[in-house]
Parts: sequence; C-alpha cells; structure tokens
Amino acid sequence: MAEPMKIRALLKGDIVDIRVLIAHPMETGQRKDVAGAIVPLHFIQNVVVTHNGKTVYEGQWSQAVSRNPVFAVRLRGAKVGDKIGVTWVDNKGDQRTDEAVVAPAS
Amino acid sequence: MNPVRRSLFKLTGSVIAIAAVGAASMLRPLQAWAATWNKAGFDSKALADVLKTLGATAATESRDIVITAPDIAENSALVPVEVTSRIPNTQSVSVIAEKNPFPLVATIELFNGSEPYAYVRIKMGQTSNVWAVVKADGKFYTAKKEVKITVGGCG
Repeated sequence: MAEPMKIRALLKGDIVDIRVLIAHPMETGQRKDVAGAIVPLHFIQNVVVTHNGKTVYEGQWSQAVSRNPVFAVRLRGAKVGDKIGVTWVDNKGDQRTDEAVVAPAS
Repeated sequence: MNPVRRSLFKLTGSVIAIAAVGAASMLRPLQAWAATWNKAGFDSKALADVLKTLGATAATESRDIVITAPDIAENSALVPVEVTSRIPNTQSVSVIAEKNPFPLVATIELFNGSEPYAYVRIKMGQTSNVWAVVKADGKFYTAKKEVKITVGGCG
C-alpha cells in the first residue's frame, strides 16, 4: 500500500489553499536501472479532489509529472472544518484516498 | 457419485462466483476513471496532435492566462509550473511541455468553486515552450512561456 499523502488546506481570506504531496515514483518508462534494464512506466493517471464529497478538481496526469508529485488547488466557498478528500489511481491500478480538514491560516 | 465431492464442487463454484462479482465491483470505479484519461492526447508526440485531441486546434492566444515558471530551470526533473486564468468560466487547464517526448503533461478540470488555477511540478527533457491551454465557456485559449533546461530530466 502506498504511503499516506500530505494534505494541507488553509483558509486565507475567502480562498482555501490546498496543497497535496503524494509519495509516488512517477517512472517515465525511459529511465534505466543500474543493470541497464528499462524501469517500466509507473505513474499516477487520475487525481480527484473533493470538498465535502463534491468533486472540485479532476486531474489527468502523464508520466511527466515530477516524482513525488506536489499540486495545488484554490477553492472558494469552503469553511474551516470542511472535509477535503484526495484520491489518486496509477497505471497499475494502485490507488489511495486521504482526507484532511480545512484549517485557518495562522 | 460421491455426494461429499459433489457438494464440495458446488461450494467451490459459488466461492469463485462471489470472488468474480467482488473483483468486478472493485474494478468498476477504476474502469470509469480510466475512461476519463485522454490516452490519445497523452500518447501524442507533437503539440499539434495534442491540441487536436483536446479539441483546441482553433485556440486563440490570450493575455489573460498567466504562466509562472522559471526562465531557467535549476532541476529539469522538477520544474514548477503555475497557471492562473483570468478568463471567466474557466473549466479546464492543460499543461503541455512542447518538446517532451510526450508533450501533454496534465489536463485539470475544475468544478464547484475551484479557482481557475493550477500548480504542478513537471519533468522537461529539453529547453522548450510550456503551453497552457484553457477551456472557458467551451472555447480554447492558449499562452506559452519558454523554460530553459541545462540538463535533461527525462533520462
């Protein structure tokens, strides 16, 4: 099972700044290992972010997204305590869902 | 006929059936997701082909799309790209690294209160334009910014 994501959701003014860090190798299928064998493609294809269960972000990604992807979403109309969910699925069918709550920016 | 063996057969059969149903129901959401992955676009090797799969061949250049990315990337495997659109009713943002082996990097659809904003870190093979393609009200708009790469990040 994949490692948990790091999700930060901070309310600044009337916009929630959501930042997500996913632990994933994001192999391009072009890199060779020490033995010279090509490391097969392994990357996240779909990412969905939800706000209290409603989809706010639907990302389709390629292998050119960097290793251990970091991405951000800016959301209007969310309150402190609201639930932010993030789910990803990679090309091998592995997936993971994590949740965080919106916190006030200190 | 051995009655014990018969019932054992039946049992195995039903177990397999349940397992199959279970696997199918687990697979369903994945298949639904896979359907929303623009395979033709991600397999395209040229900018023009990518735009075709996005339906954005008639896209117009817009100054209302702001791409924030380094002029010279310190690490080509980690180029931060930030796209902000000021076009009303922005529905989706695509990020394209023109000279990558597969130029289309990401397509992001925004709903339900998401600001017209995207941030992602990408790998770039060589110096090239980074394009943002924004869909707003069913129309397409583009902007580009050159990012210089000193060492390739796709090796």
